[in-house]
Amino acid sequence: MVHQHFMLVPVLSVAENVVLGAETMARGPFLDRREANKRIAKLASQFGFALDPEAKVGTLSVGQQQRVEILKALYRDARILVLDEPTAVLTPQETDEIFALLRKLADDGRSIIFISHKLYEVLAVADRITVIRRGRVIGERKPGQTTEAELAELMVGRAVELTVDRGESHTGAALLQVDGLRVADDRRHEVVPGATFQIRAGEILGVAGVAGNGQDELVEALIGLRRPTAGKVTLDGRDVTGASPRVMNEAGVGYVPGDRHRFGLILGFPVYDNLILTSYYRAPFARGMLREDAAVLDSARKQVSRFDIRVPSPTVATSTLSGGNQQKVVVAREFDRPLKLLILDQPTRGLDVGSIEFIHRQIIAKRDAGTAVLLVSAELDEVMEVSDRIAVMYRGRIVAEMDGRTADKSKVGLLMATGGDSNPAEEAKA
Amino acid sequence: MSGIPGALDAIPILGIVFQLIGYVLDNLQYVSSTTVAVAVPITLAALCGVMCERSGVVNIGLEGIMLTAAFVGWFVAAEAATSMGAGTPSPYFGITAPLLIGVAAAIVAGMLVSLLHAWLSISLRIDQIISGTIINIGAAGITGYMYSLISGQSLVGAGQFQAFQPPAGVVNIPVVGWLINAVLNQGPVGLVTIVIVIILQVMLFRSRWGLRTRASGEHPRAAETVGIDVVWLRYRNVVASGALAALGGVWLSMEQTGNFNAGMTQGRGFIGLAAMIVGRWTPLGAFGAALLFASVTGLSQSLTISQPTGDLGNLINGVPGEFWEALPYIITIVVLAGLIGRSIAPAADGQPYERESAS
Amino acid sequence: MSGSGQTATSRSSPRVWIRALLWTLAESIVAILVAVVLGGIGIFLFSGLLPNHSAFDLGLPVAAYGALWSGAVTYPRGVGSTLAYSTPLILAGLGVGLGFKAGLFNIGGRGQFLMGTIGALAVVTLFGNSLPGFATIAIALVVAAIFGGFAGFIPGALKATSGAHEVVTTIMLNYVFVFVTYWAISGPLRLPRSPQAVTVDVGTRGAALGTTSFFGVDIFGPNAHWGVWLAVAAIPLVWFLLYRTTLGFEIRAAGANSDAARYAGMKTRQLVVLTMSLAGALCGLAGGTTLLGVVHQIAPGYDTTIGFDAITVALLGRSNPIGIALAGLLLGGMRAGSQSMQISPGVPGELVDALQAIILLFLVINMLRRLRLRRHAEGPTEASAEPYGLGAVATEAAQ
Repeated sequence: MVHQHFMLVPVLSVAENVVLGAETMARGPFLDRREANKRIAKLASQFGFALDPEAKVGTLSVGQQQRVEILKALYRDARILVLDEPTAVLTPQETDEIFALLRKLADDGRSIIFISHKLYEVLAVADRITVIRRGRVIGERKPGQTTEAELAELMVGRAVELTVDRGESHTGAALLQVDGLRVADDRRHEVVPGATFQIRAGEILGVAGVAGNGQDELVEALIGLRRPTAGKVTLDGRDVTGASPRVMNEAGVGYVPGDRHRFGLILGFPVYDNLILTSYYRAPFARGMLREDAAVLDSARKQVSRFDIRVPSPTVATSTLSGGNQQKVVVAREFDRPLKLLILDQPTRGLDVGSIEFIHRQIIAKRDAGTAVLLVSAELDEVMEVSDRIAVMYRGRIVAEMDGRTADKSKVGLLMATGGDSNPAEEAKA
Repeated sequence: MSGIPGALDAIPILGIVFQLIGYVLDNLQYVSSTTVAVAVPITLAALCGVMCERSGVVNIGLEGIMLTAAFVGWFVAAEAATSMGAGTPSPYFGITAPLLIGVAAAIVAGMLVSLLHAWLSISLRIDQIISGTIINIGAAGITGYMYSLISGQSLVGAGQFQAFQPPAGVVNIPVVGWLINAVLNQGPVGLVTIVIVIILQVMLFRSRWGLRTRASGEHPRAAETVGIDVVWLRYRNVVASGALAALGGVWLSMEQTGNFNAGMTQGRGFIGLAAMIVGRWTPLGAFGAALLFASVTGLSQSLTISQPTGDLGNLINGVPGEFWEALPYIITIVVLAGLIGRSIAPAADGQPYERESAS
Repeated sequence: MSGSGQTATSRSSPRVWIRALLWTLAESIVAILVAVVLGGIGIFLFSGLLPNHSAFDLGLPVAAYGALWSGAVTYPRGVGSTLAYSTPLILAGLGVGLGFKAGLFNIGGRGQFLMGTIGALAVVTLFGNSLPGFATIAIALVVAAIFGGFAGFIPGALKATSGAHEVVTTIMLNYVFVFVTYWAISGPLRLPRSPQAVTVDVGTRGAALGTTSFFGVDIFGPNAHWGVWLAVAAIPLVWFLLYRTTLGFEIRAAGANSDAARYAGMKTRQLVVLTMSLAGALCGLAGGTTLLGVVHQIAPGYDTTIGFDAITVALLGRSNPIGIALAGLLLGGMRAGSQSMQISPGVPGELVDALQAIILLFLVINMLRRLRLRRHAEGPTEASAEPYGLGAVATEAAQ
């Protein structure tokens, strides 16, 4: 079993992770590390990759971690491997490498169950495809005899439009200007060594990149949660470098954090309190230090109906809502006012198709109203679908910029994985 | 304390430092063996914390476990001595049958209290800090109640364990003699503690139990997916570690003194927690941190027993005695505040583990 | 009482609200009853250890609880002393409860209480001769709050700047403040030319809090003092702060999810410092009123069990100011009654500490069962990721 979320312990070594639960023992209670390392190296070379058994798993790339997961199964000599969304965090190139590995394993006589919602991947790797909807098998197909559209229809039960119509963008003046921004992470390593880009009014800039390439720190620096070490951020002509989240919010910046449970919502609070989480202190929700509960409830009722949040009443605890409705609470809070800049970090992660479509439409509506939108996502598909312009981030640098409508997916994937060898300036013109 | 800044101006600080170093060297044997002795209960509490927290259970009930064990050990030993006679102490450590019975009872009591914490925090998944606090309140209340009841009875204790006296030849070895003395001039609990530190250090990083413990504390779901019973493992660790904290209680009421007093742990369980954090959740590190905290007490005890002379003596006379008593706690706070950023707890520490019903 | 979690549903339907309230009350009563029964068994089992009592004396628990009850509720003496005991419990309980709301576990009540005592005492010692009594009292109480607030400020600031966890630092500071108190009592605040090491008697400076007389009628007898009204006033004030002000919203938000509060632009570090200082001030005030209203004069060895008691009160009262008031009265009554129990059948007053722990234990177990049932109805929720973070129960207690 290889899980969607890695079942690896980051502070333990590769060998410790692999043997855990099926330890190779020396005398008494002690582990036989040498023997374990030898077996791991042998298994790895048998399937054509190399891994240092003593390396801490936390220091490995996600692609390598995925191999550790597979090694865990092989070390136990598993005949059947179940892979649940194994490519969710991988670049297209890493995905191809994992597919090649899966092929070898299958040729070696092992059975593999590959679970994914990415239709083209299933088509690329599987010998046989089973579609499951609501716990029932809906159909079986062979890759050669079906299409993405047919599989999608089987999955959701009706013919769906696979992309949102993003329409034409009518861009205005540059609203956000970022110049040579340098940002360090919590351990004071510089993870964004100088980012420069701009976003115009009425434009969606999608930032593509594998998770952990400085996107989080970049966004945190823009929103005021992290002080940049150098560089300048200008919002509509005003210098807002290092401004606090409150100042940015008041300057007309909306922000949807990546992890809504941790950063976006207070789950124990009622919906109406979450809807004023960033504006609770100003009129009409407060008068001086005092809360104006009538105004809070009134505004909450309006937003609930406008953003189609399915709740019996805005007074229920936010934890009782479905993921999609929870994210709609965040979206309602951040979108429902005139904005200059909207920063979105993986705004649709883990949501159902209906909610994704709804949120994408809201983003495009915001763009059409003249907001500059920054969309950061590790889901390349999402970036490709809604962006007017795409920037690729690699090791903290923007290595390429291109038009969102004409961008080639495999080329973006290559840039995400390698940073590209060609001159970034030329890349931007392409 | 307003006199200190004035006094400092008048005295050359460097001279004081040299005098202090000289004083410590002169009294090295006393200061070092006292330090190790004072570190024993702190270390045991910290080791209990390491075992719990490495497997993912925060245990701030250490204080209560120690207090319970200190009372039960002392009480049972005293009752045993009353009913079967005190017996003759053995030449080494002054061991008697009632004392051993007391130790056994203390360990059982400590493990039972730990079992309560395990049940509350692992099975019921109560907030572990609250569970620990309940244990602390309960231990203080119940031992205080029992002690009040007994105090009307003039119960005679069963005495105490004696420290091992290393032969003079060993103690007088130049350069390292004091160190050997510091380690060996301890009672049975003290000596056992040093052995346990080493065993736990090796077991935690070299054995299957250690690997599984660390995995459960970092990523319990990952451990569960490879067939480790996280709940059972945490139970075993928490209950077994109760024996360690119980030994700390035994040290207080049967080795350091032969008496029990209400609230006699005086925050040692919490200092143990701090030692565990400063020692980065490793047995050796915790021992080192405990020694650091204890050295303050060792030094201040020495200073009260044999007063230094000269400027140093004047300075120390100008400081109220309460300052020395408060100093270990202050040092603990300072070290904790200074080091905490660089000391990272096990990732799943304090998080109740819930098996997924699906998958 | 609205604003979060399960109480939020209250507005939509009064029936649900009343049911939740009854459940809460029922849980508390069950926990108290279980504690009383277990405590009775404890008294029964160990009755032989008391002088003048046979082993396994069935009458002893009855006598002990009878004395406890009458010591707590006879009018006016019992009621008065219950109120006097309840006053610091409610004040400090509000302090601890405020901490719970902000996600902070303040175990420093003991040190904060003692610092408040020292602050008030210092004012009376220094100015008691030159100022009129009411002015001395007013300044003494303000200084008590400031001293206690400072004692709370230190762990708050340590947490905000270095991340040192308040559970460990407040406990360490308790011992530091205990020694500061010893030093102050035996040194600077010691009554000069007195054979024993005692401090000034605040009564001799006109700074003792008077009885709770009302138009000349002494309502609660000689045991109570008008510091009771401070606790009575503090209850709605804290409630108002938490649920009707933006600061209270920030405190609750930071307590429920400090990451989200920070992302929403709240200054969570400052909130930690502020909340700890406020909590300390309330505990300091508890110390000040106890000095001026009850003990009047202290000697080395003066100490308090308020730290743990206040935690019990805050948990039992679910961190809700009104709940804290009820829990404070309950515990105050137990403390008052334990005095008569100790005198008459001679059962040690520490029994109350043991009862407290048992009440808490069963309360938490009950609360958790309800939480579990609700969870199952709602599907999984995220656990807090911070080690030493206050998880489900504290949040539950804070709602």
